[in-house]
Amino acid sequence: MKGILGKKLGMTRIFKENGEVVPVTVIQAGPCFVTQIKTEEKDGYKAIQLGFEEVKPKSLTRPELMHLRKNNLPPLRYLKEIRVDNPEDYEVGQKITVSIFDVGEKVDVTGWSKGRGFAGVVKRWGFSGGPRTHGQSDRVRAPGSIGAGTDPGRVIKGLRMAGRMGNERVTVQNLEVVYVDPQRNLLAVKGAIPGARNSLVIIKQARKTEEKRKRYE
Amino acid sequence: MNVQEAIKAVEQLNPQPSVPELRPGDTVRVHYKFTEGDKERVQVFEGVVIRLRGTGAGATFTVRRIASHGIGVERIFPIHSPNIQKVEIVRRAKVRRAKLYYLRNLYGKAARLKEKRE
Repeated sequence: MKGILGKKLGMTRIFKENGEVVPVTVIQAGPCFVTQIKTEEKDGYKAIQLGFEEVKPKSLTRPELMHLRKNNLPPLRYLKEIRVDNPEDYEVGQKITVSIFDVGEKVDVTGWSKGRGFAGVVKRWGFSGGPRTHGQSDRVRAPGSIGAGTDPGRVIKGLRMAGRMGNERVTVQNLEVVYVDPQRNLLAVKGAIPGARNSLVIIKQARKTEEKRKRYE
Repeated sequence: MNVQEAIKAVEQLNPQPSVPELRPGDTVRVHYKFTEGDKERVQVFEGVVIRLRGTGAGATFTVRRIASHGIGVERIFPIHSPNIQKVEIVRRAKVRRAKLYYLRNLYGKAARLKEKRE
């Protein structure tokens, strides 16, 4: 399982030769450093910790800074773990760049979706709302009935209602890599990815590829 | 590296557009390639450019022409589309606005545009 950290930059489009349009998201991916290696014996699971985006030393806390400095690594804003099967193939301080991905490969992209605040049911769950005419008032974005009467005498659990929306971890699976530029550390994937511009994203090799699914059948 | 440069770098993947520098008011002939099943053919759409929109890979232009029975037809072309084979500028007109939507309400003699003197 290979992966890299990056920053969402924005979207654009690419035309294929036959005129088809491919929507793409541009990501500044890496360069990342391997900052720690977690092994079965020591930590109970196998993973590598990746660090991304150099910052000024004063933006980190003392423990964060020393964790990096003891391995002669620069101060890094983000540290994230990625589970791997072969932690022994990595070494602390190793640089990981976008060149681990090839054009045409499938990846999963994880990010933190934009926060929508306290959102109503129309936005949050796609309800249709109520009628706008025929003598209605205050019903346009209303949720409608939330249950029966005295029997059962309560609202069933899990009913979709208004509430906090967004600002949660979201993964989009099986996005095609359209472009890789190791010089400029750029990566473009087909389609949209979660989060605002400049927000952190984790790009990993796709877990559920077409080939894997076939093997199960 | 800033965001604009990064996005431009990716847009470099697009082929160079075969569209010359257009202005609103230009009368153009757009040679547009179609694929019907496995056959390809080129259709020519002639009309007035009434709008240029957007920047980068998403930029488009709108061409308006009066088809048979005086029905106005507008087509929107993406500037970077590889299906545009060629755009010929037939004539350029002097216009005083960027979007010529007012032409939609005019027909016949009133919808003429004054030619630009170079």
